[in-house]
Amino acid sequence: MTASILTVDDSPSLRMAIRIALTGAGYDVTEAGDGVEGLAAAGAKRFDLIITDLNMPNMDGLTMIRELRKAPEQAGIPIIFLTTESDDAMKQQAKAAGATGWLVKPFVPEQLIKVSRKVLGR
Amino acid sequence: MSTQDPIAAFRVEAGDLLDQIEQGLLDLGHRLDDRGLIDEVFRGLHTLKGSGAMFGFNALADFTHHCETAFDRVRKGLAPATQELVAVILSARDHMRALIEGDGAGLESAGAAILAQLQAAIDGASGEAPAAVAPAAPKGWRLFFRLPAEAMANGTNPLMLLDELRDLGECRIVARTDTIPPLAELVPTECHIGWDVELRGDISRDDIDDVFIFVMDDMELTIEPLEVEASDAPVQTPAEEAAALVVDVPMAAQDGAASRTPAKPAGESVRVPAERLDELMDRVGELVIVQSRLSQLASGHGSAVGNELALRSISEEIERLAGELRDTMMVLRMVPVASLFSRFRRLVHDLARETGKTIELSTEGETTEVDKTMIERLADPMVHLIRNACDHGLETPEDRLAAGKPAAGQVHLSAHQAGGEVLITIRDDGRGIDRARVRAKAESQGLIQPGQSISDHDLLQMIFHPGFSTAAQVTNLSGRGVGMDVVKRTIESLRGAIDITSAPGEGSTVVLRIPLTLAIIDGLLVRVGEGRYVIPLGAVEECLELSLEEDLRSRGRSFITLRDRLVPFLRLREIFDTGTRPDPHQKIVVIATGSERVGLVVDQIIGSHQTVIKSMSPLHRDVATFAGATILGDGGVALILDVAQLVMLGQNQEERLRAAG
Repeated sequence: MTASILTVDDSPSLRMAIRIALTGAGYDVTEAGDGVEGLAAAGAKRFDLIITDLNMPNMDGLTMIRELRKAPEQAGIPIIFLTTESDDAMKQQAKAAGATGWLVKPFVPEQLIKVSRKVLGR
Repeated sequence: MSTQDPIAAFRVEAGDLLDQIEQGLLDLGHRLDDRGLIDEVFRGLHTLKGSGAMFGFNALADFTHHCETAFDRVRKGLAPATQELVAVILSARDHMRALIEGDGAGLESAGAAILAQLQAAIDGASGEAPAAVAPAAPKGWRLFFRLPAEAMANGTNPLMLLDELRDLGECRIVARTDTIPPLAELVPTECHIGWDVELRGDISRDDIDDVFIFVMDDMELTIEPLEVEASDAPVQTPAEEAAALVVDVPMAAQDGAASRTPAKPAGESVRVPAERLDELMDRVGELVIVQSRLSQLASGHGSAVGNELALRSISEEIERLAGELRDTMMVLRMVPVASLFSRFRRLVHDLARETGKTIELSTEGETTEVDKTMIERLADPMVHLIRNACDHGLETPEDRLAAGKPAAGQVHLSAHQAGGEVLITIRDDGRGIDRARVRAKAESQGLIQPGQSISDHDLLQMIFHPGFSTAAQVTNLSGRGVGMDVVKRTIESLRGAIDITSAPGEGSTVVLRIPLTLAIIDGLLVRVGEGRYVIPLGAVEECLELSLEEDLRSRGRSFITLRDRLVPFLRLREIFDTGTRPDPHQKIVVIATGSERVGLVVDQIIGSHQTVIKSMSPLHRDVATFAGATILGDGGVALILDVAQLVMLGQNQEERLRAAG
């Protein structure tokens, strides 16, 4: 079965780039524009992987990760966050919130696919 | 935005980012030590660099990287923010825009020049390039790892880590099960097993770190070489190495993306708040329902009386919906003038630098909404007016102090809505318009007779005449041949009006009156011969009857006396060469632009008409008398008269007559 991936990012161009890269690699991609939408999407269906930005309006990625990890049905779902912050603080916070891994922007599609394969195992 | 080109989407986003950076820099120019602004600009540059590299804009990413580095020093307090730096980064911003819009060809030298300036401004920028340490690879590795307790709940699958290790080379894995608690205490979501792994082969330490990259900081992990041949094993901590790995790799250039086609100008797009679209969707939904009621009625059978009643109710419903759809649609095209005003901050900043004047720009009413097309078309005339205000209007700081004014000149932009119009005001507190000079110039151009008495208002209107520029010294900024006449024409082509007032020594105020939208106007429907025409209602001053005796008397002269003023009139039936007999009671519609008036003789005035303007085909673009066309209720077409053109025609006729004596 194709793995389904939820991408949460407020930048439409980035979402588009992620979608093109991941669908090209054979994944099923669902998009959300911020943390609130992301939570709603994750609540409606269990995804195999969630890729989220950290800085977003309405609800940021950190809060969304914390909320997701609170829900028992979301246990074990890998969450990758995208970060542009060069400092470590944000990364540590996101990890403490329960994220599985991260990807530093800018990235090329191959890296995105590599990271997805890594945490999905397929 | 569905499955379009992400590069086009990136261009739009980058445009917004550049605007943010520009606004940030301009604000920073006023408050050099504002940390918040410095951070904001830095973030903008950082994001631009990041996304630029992702979408293959490598030249942009490289260039922006230098700016970011420079700004990072400011952010970290290593260098002060200076006006020079702000100015250089502003010009760098323009260069970035060029890089985004084009393919970067031929821009290298300009970029290098800006970078050199940047270097000078930042005064010895840092050039750290950490040399990568390449440790010698041993024959293999022995490692032990145990994941943090919450790792599995947080999405890490230890089996996958083991698979990855297996992929690296020959691998022997033994599980350490000594820490598994008794069943009663076992938490199923936690990982209790540790693993001993022996890896053989030509595997670099980086490859192993790569496997554990996401869990490295918290996990228990020991890695030692199997056979220590290279005795000076890496001394970096795994975390540092891992971080370096993630940061460096993304810079890999994508050759494929570099060969993309040169950018076409971005298509015009409007951002629309979602709730406005929802409103539109509601209306469309209702329309669909009414439509199905209508088809039911058409195919159904009922008493004729009942049908007629039902049809009437449906007709009313559709009328209401059409009106609402029109209003909702118009609102979709409205954008706040803030987007227009914000462009001028940069302009004023540049003007201040070029002229050596101190100029403060203030704005008011930015939330006033105007049609998107209008905003685009207003930009150029407003640039000209603001240039005028800064260049001719405002005095140098010395002159201002001498005149008892504060050294900083004020330029104030404001917008507010009044009925179906938006008033945009450009006000400066400069020296005002020099009447004597305007008069001298007008006389030398033969616009007025020497010594002729003329009202102050009319005298000021002189500056709207073609080729009229009072700047004694033509500077780089204004006086480039684009005069106030072009401004006036542009505003009038938008069916707007321009007015200027000025008090000597106190400054000038230019008021632009602009209709809210270009798409729909109220029109007066008239008939000339067999054709029907629309005259924009806003331009109509009055309608009167051309009495038979006046008609005869004015043969060849084409003037009527209207409240003691001679008003030229045009017989549209002659201009349009209708070839029909005139109606016995012809009407005159008096139209005006500014202070000039002209009467149009028509056969019949049909009434007022809500006119949806359709533009003419490119073939008819040169037809000056018409501004467009519209479709009438009966499906017929009516041409819309171009008021400004007709007034000009009338004025020419007047002049010819005067010349003839």
